[in-house]
Amino acid sequence: MFLVSFFDHLGQYFLLLKSAVAKPERFSMYYKETVRQMDAIGVGSLFIVLLISVFIGMVTAVQFADQLGDSFIPSYYIGYIVRDITIIEMAPTITCLVLAGKVGSNLAAEIGGMRQKEHIDAMEIMGVNTAAYLIMPKIIAAVIMIPLLVAVSAFVSIIGGYLATVLPGSLSHTEYVLGLRSFFEPSYVRIMFVKACVFAFLLTSISCYYGYYVKGGSIELGEASTSAVVVSNVLILLFDFIIALLLT
Amino acid sequence: MIRTVDLVKSFGENEVLKGINTEFYAGKPNLIIGLSGAGKTVLLKLLIGLFEPTSGSVFYGDTDIFDLNAKQLRAIRMNVGMLFQGNALFDSMTVGENIRFPMDMFTRKTAKEKLMRVDECLEMVNLDGVNDRFPSEVSGGMQKRVGIARALVLEPDYFFCDEPNSGLDPQTSILVDELICDLTNTHNITTVINTHDMNSVMGIGDNILLLKNGQVSWRGDKSQVLESDNETLEDFIFASPFLRRLREDALKLRHLDD
Repeated sequence: MFLVSFFDHLGQYFLLLKSAVAKPERFSMYYKETVRQMDAIGVGSLFIVLLISVFIGMVTAVQFADQLGDSFIPSYYIGYIVRDITIIEMAPTITCLVLAGKVGSNLAAEIGGMRQKEHIDAMEIMGVNTAAYLIMPKIIAAVIMIPLLVAVSAFVSIIGGYLATVLPGSLSHTEYVLGLRSFFEPSYVRIMFVKACVFAFLLTSISCYYGYYVKGGSIELGEASTSAVVVSNVLILLFDFIIALLLT
Repeated sequence: MIRTVDLVKSFGENEVLKGINTEFYAGKPNLIIGLSGAGKTVLLKLLIGLFEPTSGSVFYGDTDIFDLNAKQLRAIRMNVGMLFQGNALFDSMTVGENIRFPMDMFTRKTAKEKLMRVDECLEMVNLDGVNDRFPSEVSGGMQKRVGIARALVLEPDYFFCDEPNSGLDPQTSILVDELICDLTNTHNITTVINTHDMNSVMGIGDNILLLKNGQVSWRGDKSQVLESDNETLEDFIFASPFLRRLREDALKLRHLDD
């Protein structure tokens, strides 16, 4: 039963994506919608991303400093570890998990609400390809904006690590910067952007899917929103593992 | 003209429509009436192609819409306007933007031409000075009229209305009916109206289709309603004792005149 339901959802998801990849009826309308979504997803999520990122950096630095204790490992390694753990894992994964909650639930509720208020039917009757018009601009906007948010997140996390260790005096400015400059592996930045793009695609397409096919009333809309977040989170973690296997 | 041939629709074991054969004509309001659960909304959604039939056909002119692929169906739909029960106006857009939306999507008109057409449509539905208001800022009757304006902005040949009078007071309801009737006659549109409203039936019912348990129970026009001996129609139109008495009086008067 679970398998039947799983393949049913999977098939419907791919069919929706297929319908969404279509020539726009009017390019300017899709462009306008994409820009609107870029603002909503990118600018609208900036504050929460900044907030979580600074804490991620601070917690990572403090905990690693505690684990180092009086060991033989040089203390400037704190900067190095904060940098790498942020770039490879924390910035893309935690940011996208948070965005799956914020952006994902919002998209599912927005599209689901349009379904319930017959806005989608109204567009269909006008002759609009609703899968394309409602979903593609959101995916494009997310795939452009979320990697930028992830880059900002990585930068702010590293600053957070600095604030948590240098300001209280557990590490000097020179040591932290030396750590940041040590053993830098440029391919980690590539991994960060690959993860960010894949996670952005997953969280928007899955959320749009759950919203697009919502049935019933407000309880079902809430359930669709929750399912969108849960499934997006699980798949983000699964693909995090797959990308880690493939690229490291 | 729209024609249905042996139209059947089932949901699982439940056969909602059991072979509908009917025609909807251009230039006059075609009403689908019936009790709740009779299959009116399902028939309307089949006519628009929002549902796939279990069997049977829906012809727009000579074209069976269920033989078309998604792209061809979308092309047909650009010639269709629809007024929804809840209006389905986009909340985040102003009244003007709502009406302009189909033009933005499908035409290459300039901004000035679009603005002129929006004003023309608002004038057509007797609304003025509401372009910049949001749907939530206008009354229910005005929202209906905005819905009509949006549905007709691309000058479609087919116009569908799902319960156009729901939630309206009797006077506004009659105004909306008259508006739909005038536009249908003036522009020679094939208009199909799904309604519960007895005033609409007696006011604009030029071609009435009564559904009962998924089948056509009666067909005629408003002038035939009074003398029909169809029990379902009587129960539907003259539901209250007061209306039954009125009907009896009207029939007596008619016989006296004869």
